[in-house]
Amino acid sequence: MKQAHAGAQAISRRSFLRLAGLGGAIYVSGLSGWSSAAALPGGANEDFFFIQLSDTHWGFEGAPNPDAHGTLQKAVAAVNSLEQVPDFIVFTGDLTHTTDDPQERRQRLREFKDIAAGLKVKNVHFMPGEHDASLDHGEAYQEFFGKTHYSFAHKGVNFIVIDNVSDPTGAIGETQLAWLADELRQLPPQARIVVFTHRPLFDLYPQWDWATRDGAKAVELLQAHANVTVFYGHIHQEHHHMTGHIAHHAAKSLIFPLPAPGSQPKRTPLPWDDAYPYRGLGYRQVAAEAAKPMDYQLTELPVLKG
Amino acid sequence: MDIHHKRRLLLAGAAAGGLAVATRLVLAQTPERVIKIVAKKFDFTPGEIRLKKNQPVTLEFTTLDVVMGFNLPDFAIRTDILPGATSRLRFTPDKSGEFPFHCDVFCGSGHESMTGTVIVT
Ligand SMILES: [Cu+2]
Repeated sequence: MKQAHAGAQAISRRSFLRLAGLGGAIYVSGLSGWSSAAALPGGANEDFFFIQLSDTHWGFEGAPNPDAHGTLQKAVAAVNSLEQVPDFIVFTGDLTHTTDDPQERRQRLREFKDIAAGLKVKNVHFMPGEHDASLDHGEAYQEFFGKTHYSFAHKGVNFIVIDNVSDPTGAIGETQLAWLADELRQLPPQARIVVFTHRPLFDLYPQWDWATRDGAKAVELLQAHANVTVFYGHIHQEHHHMTGHIAHHAAKSLIFPLPAPGSQPKRTPLPWDDAYPYRGLGYRQVAAEAAKPMDYQLTELPVLKG
Repeated sequence: MDIHHKRRLLLAGAAAGGLAVATRLVLAQTPERVIKIVAKKFDFTPGEIRLKKNQPVTLEFTTLDVVMGFNLPDFAIRTDILPGATSRLRFTPDKSGEFPFHCDVFCGSGHESMTGTVIVT
């Protein structure tokens, strides 16, 4: 399993390196030669872009981020100052940092929601991370943000949010998998599908719990579709991986970066560097081109503008 | 074909018998190692488990507070640990090295640091 992963990683790294010289922009290509998206009936096939923010861990305090109380606001300001207004924004989980106190959990979710309300773009999609939802099966989260798994469509792309954290074992569960199968059944095999989730759906590094217990079942369901891309959080760093024809892209965090999978004995946060404040933190712009159904242009942006 | 079949049965029988004798001998001489591991928020004691390669071992888990998990991905073994019960994992490490394990049932603020190492020599 580890070897198979290393091989897939090498392939994706090669294709990414080829494009890494483009000033932080990465072009992600999947299937080539598929060109009927413009012909899909009912889909408003226009170019658009959205912003992915992840792992804000509101409520965290500690040396890995001496500006834990200000980083999220800086990111909100940076997103608000983008020259082009994004179509929507998505937060891929761990909105808040774990607390064992249910009241404190609600307080953190409330404060996070208040800060996120400062985003100029009001079309914002949320999902929980294990820090938000694993201790109470998503109960407090749902009071503030509603459903933990859902789907929506935007300009011809079908977005599916999968919750792999409300179950404290880090599983999707049979009920939700049945829901996912049903959602997919309603989409043609060539439909453009983007999945948002918190934990990786594949075994990235199970030794650090960077996996989803039944993630392979979700990937298997998704494999039947030709045109699937997954964006997730949880690992606090940029990472790209292929399972078959499905590309998975992890985003940076807005609280502290974590080490590369298996690069050190323990999964402890990378230390804050005074010489390079906010290093390793940031958010991501994803541009979807109507003419190229499997191409998403990823641009990683820093917390501080400029 | 008939002869082959009989021979196979004979061989299988001999192997089974031999195994039974061997097992009895091992049990009589060196009882299989059992290591007790106690889980509590957010710690495994011991956090370092030293094993011998190719020597079967049984790990016995209990928890002092909430539901926990023990996951040792390099050997593809895991178990839930439930309050008031003992969970057992029997396995034979077939490779040496240091292998991380962790609690894989989210158990509170501090869950991430609930890790340990299996050292096989
Ligand atoms: Cu996180």
